[in-house]
This record gives sequence, C-alpha cells and structure tokens, in this order.
Amino acid sequence: MKILIPIKRVNDYNVKVRPNQANTDVDLSNVKMAVNPFCEIALEEAIRLKEGGNATEIIAVSVGDEKNQEQLRTALALGADRAILVKTDKALQPLDVSKVLVKVYEKESPNLVIMGKVGIDGDHNQTGQMFSALTNLPQITFASKVELNGNDVEVTREIDGGLETLSSSLPAVITTDLRLNEPRYASLPNIMKAKRKPLEELTVEELGVEVKPTVTTLKVESPPEREEGVKVENVDVLVEKLKNEAKVI
Amino acid sequence: MTKILVLAEHDNNSLSGATLSVTKAAEMLGDEIDLICTTSNISNLEAEISTLTSVKKVHVFEDKIFENEIAENTVDCLIAVSDDYDYFLASSSTSGKNIMPRFAGLMDIQQISEVIEVVDGSTFKKPIYAGACIATVKTEQSRNVLTIRTTSFDKTSTDGGSAEFVKHDLPANNTNKPTFVKNELTVSDRPELTSADIVVSGGRGMQNSDNFKLLEGIATKLNAAIGASRAAVDSGFAPNDYQVGQTGKSVAPNLYVAVGISGAIQHLAGMKDSKTIVAINKDEEAPIFKVADYGLVADLFEALPELESKL
Repeated sequence: MKILIPIKRVNDYNVKVRPNQANTDVDLSNVKMAVNPFCEIALEEAIRLKEGGNATEIIAVSVGDEKNQEQLRTALALGADRAILVKTDKALQPLDVSKVLVKVYEKESPNLVIMGKVGIDGDHNQTGQMFSALTNLPQITFASKVELNGNDVEVTREIDGGLETLSSSLPAVITTDLRLNEPRYASLPNIMKAKRKPLEELTVEELGVEVKPTVTTLKVESPPEREEGVKVENVDVLVEKLKNEAKVI
Repeated sequence: MTKILVLAEHDNNSLSGATLSVTKAAEMLGDEIDLICTTSNISNLEAEISTLTSVKKVHVFEDKIFENEIAENTVDCLIAVSDDYDYFLASSSTSGKNIMPRFAGLMDIQQISEVIEVVDGSTFKKPIYAGACIATVKTEQSRNVLTIRTTSFDKTSTDGGSAEFVKHDLPANNTNKPTFVKNELTVSDRPELTSADIVVSGGRGMQNSDNFKLLEGIATKLNAAIGASRAAVDSGFAPNDYQVGQTGKSVAPNLYVAVGISGAIQHLAGMKDSKTIVAINKDEEAPIFKVADYGLVADLFEALPELESKL
C-alpha cells in the first residue's frame, strides 16, 4: 500500500511572526523554517502504518520554491521513501495547492492520503477538504486515531462536541489533528541516508495547473495589543476587583 | 441584488448560537439572506429558525442521513441550491471547517477562513500565524465562501421573522463518502464553551485530572464553562472539546480565568479577545500575565479553594 503525504514548509511554531515594515506581508527573513507540525503528524502516522506492516511506500510531496527541498529531506530522514517537489515561485493558495496535489495523486495512485488539517502560517484549514472534493475520495478530517483493517480505515475525529468515529473504504483522505501521535525526531544516520533517497522535481506548469491569484493580501498588521494589567496581592483583592472594578461577577 | 446563503448549524434539536453570529456577518454583505438547513428533523428547529428577523428563506433538506454530519451529504445539498447566491457563509466551528472548503473546492472558489471583520463586500480581515498577525485580504472572485469567527460578531436579532421554508428532495449523486460509526459527545450542564459569559480554564499546572476538577466548584459558582490549554488536554486532564487555542476553540467571554496556564501564543490566539482576563500562576514570569488584566501569583492549590469559598 502506497501513502501520499503532502508536506508544507512553514515558520517554526516557536517563532512569533511579525508584519514587515511596510505592513504588506509577514517578515519571514531570518525566521527558522520547518515542516508544518500537522504534516509531521501525518508523516509519523504513515511511518507507523509502514512499521506495522500495513504500508509499503511513503511518498512525501511539497509544492513551492526550491527551499522546500529542506523539508522534503527532513521527511525522507524521518521515514518517507521518496519525495516529489512541485516547483513554483508563485504564492499558492489552498485551492491551487489542492489542484496540484490532485495531479500528483493521479500520477501516483496512492491508497491513502494523510495530510495536516491546517498550516500554522495561513491558518486556512482547507487543502485536505478541497483535495478530497476534487478527487471524489471520502473525506475524514481532524483525526485523532487511525485504524487500518484490510481495505477499510476507521478514524476517530476531534469535533466541537467531543469525538466521532467514521469508517471508509480506501482510497481515502485523512487530515490530522494534534493528538493523533507524537512525531519522532530524525536520527543522524537517517539524516545522512536521506541525502541519497530520490527527490523528483516537477513544475506546476508541467502538471498543467493554472494558478489564479483570486484572493490577495492588502495589508498585514499586528493585532491590537492588550494593555498589561495589574498583579493583585491576594484572592480577596482579586474578588473585589472583579466585582467592583471590572464588574464581571 | 446580493444574495447570501448561510449554513444553519444545529444538533437536530436546537440551533447553534454560531448561526446567529454568522447571520449577523451576512447582514454586513447584503439584505437577501437565506439559510440552508440539512437535518433529520426540521420540526425541532423550525420555530427557532423562524425567530431570525433577517432571514428570508430556508432551504430544507430533511432525511435520516442527516442524523450525523457527513460533510459530503451537506455539500451535495449546498451545491444543489447554490445557483442564485453570491456568498456562502458558515462558522469556523469544526463543522464549518469540515464542510465549507469541500464546497468551495467543488465550486472552484478560494475560501476565506476565520473572518473577524467585514471591511466591505470584497475585503475581509482574518488572523494568520496563530493570531500573531491580522491580514486584510481582498477577493477578486464574484462569488465567495467565508467561514466566520463567531466571537468577532454579535448575534443577529431573534425578535421574529417571516422566513419561508422550502423543502427540497435529496440531490442524486455518486459521491464517495465515509460512514458514521459512533460518537462520544461530552455531556455537560454547563454553558457551551464558545458562547459562555465566563470561562474558567486549566493548564499543565493543574498536574492531573483529579486536580482539574478543582475548577468545577468555581465554574459552578460563576455559571462558567470549563476550558483547557493544549497541554492539559494532551496530558489527559480534560477532553479534547475543552481545548482553547489556535487548533481548539476561540472564545471571547466577559471573563476568562486562566489557571496554571503559561500562555503559549497558540493558547492566547484562542482567548485574547476576552473582555477581562484573570491569570493565576505561581510563575510570575509566565507570558499569560502579559495579557491578563488581573494577575495573581500564587500556588493554585491554595488559591482555588480560597477563591471558590469567596465567590
């Protein structure tokens, strides 16, 4: 069984990203970049399926500029068997990315696609659902548990009211939530080995996807700062302030 | 004439408060507002939906397949009535997040997620990078799909309306989809987390799930909902649906009490729009104090019982 794992290059999640001076975009110069944490969870799940004898090949795919090679090498060091970089210098939106992934899906015919539910940069939470729609594959979002039984998959999802379990035949699309697993770190020998694993390069144009910048960013600002409040000495003062100053209880 | 379609969110028994906020956002786009309601039992919802003053028409798809939400089923219905509409709106709940991008994909529309402000009919504000920045985005599309962060909008008027209910047959389709197996929903007598006036949240500092229960006495006295940081949920102190933050729920209550929460940016993203914030933490350097109106540096195991007794 083949598993396709889309990988997004984003800022390291510990970095607080700020607007640039002109307020036209975020300032990512000198910001440490990494694999989107949710994509890492997707990859980890695929590696576990492979280790459990349920998968034979893991293909990592990234869409973006040359720098995405770094994140694909990370994916290869973690356990992906090979990688595909679909190159573009344009800033793609989720709909564009999902169209590119459809082309890669058609080319590779994987049995399962696992992807992060959201990129921690744009906070869109769209690509998996759009990809599922465009491929007419069953859609299972926000997974916290994945169990493979033959040609069926049973997935527990995190929803606003609690948990929900869905079942689907394969092929299917799963998007990952935080608690699906805890990703491993790449070992040094595996980082070395990853350098020799195949990394194929294609272009968005070669795949015949027309990129349409339909939503443009006019301005990026810092949110209004909250004024730092006061420290209270004890519980009595706290209760008094909440009653008489803030008037919230 | 600008026409807007709002996805009604409900549990087949009552309408979600989120729909009232989404309808309010819709009013900023135009005054021809219709609802779409896919449900296993419209008679449970009809009276409540009829109170929405600004809604003109309700597209009803009633069938037992809607007992549980499968995105594919809802999207097939959205597509079936989509022809007349310029905007399609839902909340950024897990339901809206599951359904709307799928619909947008099939409509070849680039969705705009988590809208916090409608600047004009084509310009919107939305948080990016876990709320570290706010982007103003402009769409050049003639038809748009938006998900709405409900804590940023008031609720629409429910003084009574005159909406016409139009029943539709289920669309015929051959969509591949998963099947429902089971759910485990958290049952609580407390107010719902995203619409509560007061939220009391616990973090890693609570140490274990027994201690986490210390929040219950205070929550009961304040009629508050209980929330949690990601660390507390990951550690199993609280169920997943308690999580407040970038990947959990966004809340903006009148009072948010953060207990034993350090204040990672991902948590702040989900609560910093609260009107008044209280932080109780023994680490006076904790970043949560930077956003708190009232900070109490204290051992929470001493402060919580005392606070409960004095409320």
